Amino acid sequence: MTGQEPRRITYTLDSSLDSVNKVEQTAEQMARKAGVDEDDIFRISMAVREAAVNAVLHGNAYDPDKRMTASFENTGSDLVIRITDEGKGLDPATLPDPLAPENLLRGSGRGIFLIRSFMDEVHFRQLHPGTELTLIKHLGAAPTGA
Amino acid sequence: MSMKISTRQVDGVTILDLGGRITLGEGSVQLRDSVRDLLAKGQKKILLNLGDVNYIDSSGIGELVSAYTTVRNQGGELKLLNLTRKVHDLLQITKLYTVFDVKDDEASAIASYARG
Repeated sequence: MTGQEPRRITYTLDSSLDSVNKVEQTAEQMARKAGVDEDDIFRISMAVREAAVNAVLHGNAYDPDKRMTASFENTGSDLVIRITDEGKGLDPATLPDPLAPENLLRGSGRGIFLIRSFMDEVHFRQLHPGTELTLIKHLGAAPTGA
Repeated sequence: MSMKISTRQVDGVTILDLGGRITLGEGSVQLRDSVRDLLAKGQKKILLNLGDVNYIDSSGIGELVSAYTTVRNQGGELKLLNLTRKVHDLLQITKLYTVFDVKDDEASAIASYARG
């Protein structure tokens, strides 16, 4: 393994906006290094930022005793980013549809929607306590999103 | 990482020139406070110039929506000017592009506000 970079990097971070920014920047660097185009770099880093915001704000509620972990892996065929929190858990089935007419003018509730729009796969796993979000972008896939 | 914001008046319309990032934390709060201050001063014709906004997250999008509804509920008008492609795409994806009155020319945007 001498001379090879580790395929997966994991950070354990406090529940702060600084952590969100660090995770976002790491995702951007990872995507850039993987050679994806500028539009997908934006989409990936934004999706990861939204997942980190979700973990810090909605999951851990800025609790200084709770941590967020963020792992980044380039498998060669996929970029895989996992974000976990130690909050009460998130059931994606209960999230209101932000595109429904009655929700369009809500001031929040678009984060998970944007993550799903910008990534090729999004998986939720309950950790009891906490939630793990796995975000996957297929390398070489056709552009997603708008 | 923060947002820059400056205010000017043109023909009774208050233009907020925004630049940088509108995200959870500083940018969103700055925008909210600015709009609230304008409404408190009775300035209800507000044009948000987003030409130099290079990044907005879901919190920033939510703040734009909240600003729009707050101004409208007080009998005012809030419009958007000079969307970058990224912001334009985000408003399309979230189906908000047709909710907002979006302009791409400042003079015609100013002229579009109701007189009086």
